[in-house]
Amino acid sequence: MRKSKNVIWILGILLTGITLVAADHIDAPAVSGGTSDITDYFAFQAENSNNLVFAANVQGLLSPNAASTAAFNENVLVEFNIDNNGDTIEDLVIQAIPRNGKMYFFGPFAPPTTGLNSTIQTAATLSIVDITPYGSTAITTSNQGMSFFAGPRDDPFFFDFGQFNEILAGNASGFNNPGTDTFAGTNVLSIVVEIPKNMLGGNGTLNTWVETKTN
Amino acid sequence: MKIKHLKNVLLVAFTMVFISSCSDNDDAPNNEPDFSGTFVQADQMGRPAVNTVFVSSTSKDIFNVTTPSEQGAIFQNMFQTNLEALSPAFANAGDKNALGQDATTFTGLLATDVLGVSTTGTTTFFDGTNVLTGRTLADDVISVELLLIFGGEDGTENPGLTDDNVDANDKPFLTSFPYLASPW
Repeated sequence: MRKSKNVIWILGILLTGITLVAADHIDAPAVSGGTSDITDYFAFQAENSNNLVFAANVQGLLSPNAASTAAFNENVLVEFNIDNNGDTIEDLVIQAIPRNGKMYFFGPFAPPTTGLNSTIQTAATLSIVDITPYGSTAITTSNQGMSFFAGPRDDPFFFDFGQFNEILAGNASGFNNPGTDTFAGTNVLSIVVEIPKNMLGGNGTLNTWVETKTN
Repeated sequence: MKIKHLKNVLLVAFTMVFISSCSDNDDAPNNEPDFSGTFVQADQMGRPAVNTVFVSSTSKDIFNVTTPSEQGAIFQNMFQTNLEALSPAFANAGDKNALGQDATTFTGLLATDVLGVSTTGTTTFFDGTNVLTGRTLADDVISVELLLIFGGEDGTENPGLTDDNVDANDKPFLTSFPYLASPW
């Protein structure tokens, strides 16, 4: 795995100076393949149209065997950021951090400071869900109209990453039809929050993003 | 930056005082998890594949620790240079994508890496009508991005590069919370 990853990086750097890896999987050297590496982020209207769903995935490309032992890192804080007035600065955040097999969620709350450094706001609304073990039915909890999940899931991302690298390497002129989903059969660790829209503010559009922060 | 740092130090100091005073006054064993400390940014993401496609190799770590409100000013030029080098559809002055965006406009949008999401209507990366109003699990975001990068003004340029022909996930998603499929 490590070797093939290196070959891909080297090819990308040599041939284009640009490396396309995936949605955000192994996107940068400092986080690549580690427990703080965000692989993907989604924000969409829930089954209940009064709610939005935020989903963040970390630790990509987990085989079933790897997923059965993978764990969230207790030193990695995952933050959902919500800008509701259009300045791309977070007005609200939801924090998620694991402790002893449970995922603790704080918020949403207005952070006392914005930007790159965070402390966990234990005075904010606290919601707790057991981290679903590999092979178990999804464990979810609800609190104040919000729903919470944390645990291994199928990687929802799909892309013929192999053929794209062949194109970048000059070995192919285009994609195959049908293509091959490089992420088929692989897993991630997911954190999913469903939240009433009226808790998020704004005038019809929000700017949102996810961060990992470590201590 | 210095003021921010000072605030964090103060916060940590206050938190430590608070915790120690708690345990001083509490006869029962304290089983509350420890949430103290300052957490420093490692990775961030708004839209898919932005850092991986548009940021040069040596800047990928820096991009991840630049707040979105500062990204545009710092990275738009780099995004444009890399886009024009990557795609023949943006090789000539005046080239645009299927949204009518020239290289400057397109990369100006992408360089601030946040995901817009509608609270009043359809949420989708692109569904033929709505553009960047969210991202659902089933959205074929890579093919959308390939089309906008390589497809030119009417989406017909570089036809072998505008769709990877992987149009759906390998497992069906759930209609209810938590929506993502169970692991393999």
